[in-house]
Amino acid sequence: MNTPSPEKKRSAPNSASRRRFLVDTARTAGSIVLFSLGVGLYSRQSASTPAQALRPPGALDEDKFLGACVRCGLCVRDCPFDTLDLAKLGDPVTTGTPYFIARDVPCEMCDDIPCVKACPTGALDHSLENIDDARMGLAVLIDEENCLNFQGLRCDVCYRVCPAIDKAITLELESNMRSGKHAVFIPTVHSDHCTGCGKCERACVLEEAAIKILPIQLAKGELGHHYRWGWKEKDKAGSSLVTPDVQHRYNLPQGQRYDYDGKGLIFDENNGSSSETPFDSNPLNTLKRGMEQDQ
Amino acid sequence: MKRLHNPGADAIKTKGWLRANKWLLARRFTQLSILLLFLLGPWFGIWLIKGNLNSSLILNVLPLTDPFVLLQSLISGHIPEATAITGAIIVLVFYMLVGGRVYCSWVCPVNMITDAAHWLRERLGISGASRLSRNTRYWLLGAVLVLALSTGSIAWETVNPVSMVHRGLIFGMGLAWVVIVAVFMFDFLVSRRGWCSHLCPVGAFYSALGTHSLVRVRADARDQCDDCMDCFIVCPEQQVIRPALKGADKGIGPVITSANCTNCGRCIDVCAKDVFHFGNRFNNQSYNNPVHEHTHERNKEHTNHSTGAEVL
Repeated sequence: MNTPSPEKKRSAPNSASRRRFLVDTARTAGSIVLFSLGVGLYSRQSASTPAQALRPPGALDEDKFLGACVRCGLCVRDCPFDTLDLAKLGDPVTTGTPYFIARDVPCEMCDDIPCVKACPTGALDHSLENIDDARMGLAVLIDEENCLNFQGLRCDVCYRVCPAIDKAITLELESNMRSGKHAVFIPTVHSDHCTGCGKCERACVLEEAAIKILPIQLAKGELGHHYRWGWKEKDKAGSSLVTPDVQHRYNLPQGQRYDYDGKGLIFDENNGSSSETPFDSNPLNTLKRGMEQDQ
Repeated sequence: MKRLHNPGADAIKTKGWLRANKWLLARRFTQLSILLLFLLGPWFGIWLIKGNLNSSLILNVLPLTDPFVLLQSLISGHIPEATAITGAIIVLVFYMLVGGRVYCSWVCPVNMITDAAHWLRERLGISGASRLSRNTRYWLLGAVLVLALSTGSIAWETVNPVSMVHRGLIFGMGLAWVVIVAVFMFDFLVSRRGWCSHLCPVGAFYSALGTHSLVRVRADARDQCDDCMDCFIVCPEQQVIRPALKGADKGIGPVITSANCTNCGRCIDVCAKDVFHFGNRFNNQSYNNPVHEHTHERNKEHTNHSTGAEVL
């Protein structure tokens, strides 16, 4: 040690004990730093929760949740359906925190939300008063290749069990390209109503569910913050912001017109000629028709 | 050298087995009762108390929260709901009165594990003091709080053996038995009284809580001491006894004032001369008077204290 000269004048045992004290302190401090690094890294590692593990309703964002949850398990105790589980050491979820796996036991969405009420710290946010506002995750129809409805079958189970049927999941009709003559009923999730309860994933009849609840940040995209939907901006402004609107004009056969308010193509029944076909026997007349009006 | 005699043997001879193990039995009874109260729910569906030592609810009314875990939560940046704060204040006041480390010796489930490890260590004659400093736990306490601040989460709870064992027993063990084995092996083979008396930051926190606690062990009859060393051998925090027991000449009073004393009362049990007893922290003057005055004082305290024990 390069101590300045006044220190060196001290008697030998004194400096020896001083040295010993310094070495001991350095050793302890070193061990504590090692310990802190170990625990810090491990806690960071264990915070990477798998996508299937969902937090109870009202849970704060994951990084805040791990500072707010005291691992007491009171939410687990007050869950009347044994949905919630407290992560044990060795589980892939941070030890002692509550979670559920939708495919095993989904959330029954109790009206009085007992798990949130039981939370003493507010890790489950007490401002959640209506269970329909919970966002435990978001259902995603993840496997279109195996979903029976996508093949044109009327399974509909996920749609039928949804507590917010026709709001969180709707069936959208599309034509069945495989058979060429039927419809397919596509189960479609709407994030403004889906609470992530997991009933659809639980009920999916496949070996492995085609519809799954994912954590919101995994399930949802996010628009570039500079990006604007043109038609919404147009509604807001009352008119087009870029180029002036010019109504498209269709060049239609006689007896037909186009309704721009959504009705589309209209055949006028009682027009003068009232022939079976709007086309003249002379194809030249048909071609000239619009031009005559313009002139 | 500790095998030379069996601590407490003299006490058993003079006081009888039951009196010579009174506080040990009371402590085990309390530890097991608290555990059983928590287990009544999951085992028999009798929900007197829900939750675990980190936070619990008694009879669906009274909240209790571990102030240490709540402090970490606060430091990590979360403002808790009133329930947790109320629960923590109740626990805080209780331990400030009865002695912070009463948590360690009367409540904590790890105490039974480390006591068992210590018993086996002594039985097999594994000698040697711990090479760890007893202050290491305060360093660890500081590290735990810094971790809460730097990670923004209660990082200590991912490894805390105390809550892990208790939660494991009530909510299912998982791999938590590994932690039990590790703590046991550490105290058994690596370091004498290593975990509870040198490392545990939870104990360090509760030590700090009980710095001014009312309930203390007193050595009012210290002039009766015949230097048999039994109390030193059984004490998990040996350094706390000396000032009170041997400090008469230096003008140190008979109260064991160190916050590290766990109020386990084992010294009271094993003393054949009844030097120690539970009392309060007041009247801590150093007497140099004849013996009978001490005995008088002591009897008075003793009656006070036994009513206290029934409450416990």
